[in-house]
Amino acid sequence: MSSWAGPEDIYLSTSLASYLDRKILVLLRDGRKLMGTLRSFDQFANAVLEGACERVIVGEQYCDIPLGLYVIRGENVVLIGHGERGASSKYDSRLRDRD
Amino acid sequence: MLFFSYFKDLVGQEVTVELKNDLAIRGTLHSVDQYLNIKLENTRVVDQDKFPHMLSVRNCFIRGSVVRYVQLPPDGVDVDLLHDAARREARGG
Repeated sequence: MSSWAGPEDIYLSTSLASYLDRKILVLLRDGRKLMGTLRSFDQFANAVLEGACERVIVGEQYCDIPLGLYVIRGENVVLIGHGERGASSKYDSRLRDRD
Repeated sequence: MLFFSYFKDLVGQEVTVELKNDLAIRGTLHSVDQYLNIKLENTRVVDQDKFPHMLSVRNCFIRGSVVRYVQLPPDGVDVDLLHDAARREARGG
């Protein structure tokens, strides 16, 4: 039943390739939430985010701080998330945008 | 190697990953790798009100280094198989 790792399996990786050129949310170890388009990544989960912004959430309100082109060092990454299309409207209706 | 193989057998099962920052995410195990990075599909956060930014996230990649626990259904584990594998690993290592 179980499939033990063969020599070729050792190099298997959970690829971030499916997130390339998509709008993603990156959670960092310091609690920051960055959003942007994933342009590049590597085996350490280093990532290049284009059009990045930091989403600051306080209670029911949020605000985006534009950051531009970011290179994130993988050791700071907690999670990289991707939502289905149109899902952000569910999110935005919960939180109110503040300028 | 043992846990990588073990998680590969669990692909497709519902798991809850608890992170070191206390965030707990439930989802279907999509893939795992040698670093025990985890990809989950159909994700929902266990405490949605505490983590509103995760509302629209449906799939995620979790870096192995930030995982505290992976919670599994009790019947999703063949304990005897795992037991044998651990013994074999201990003998070989």
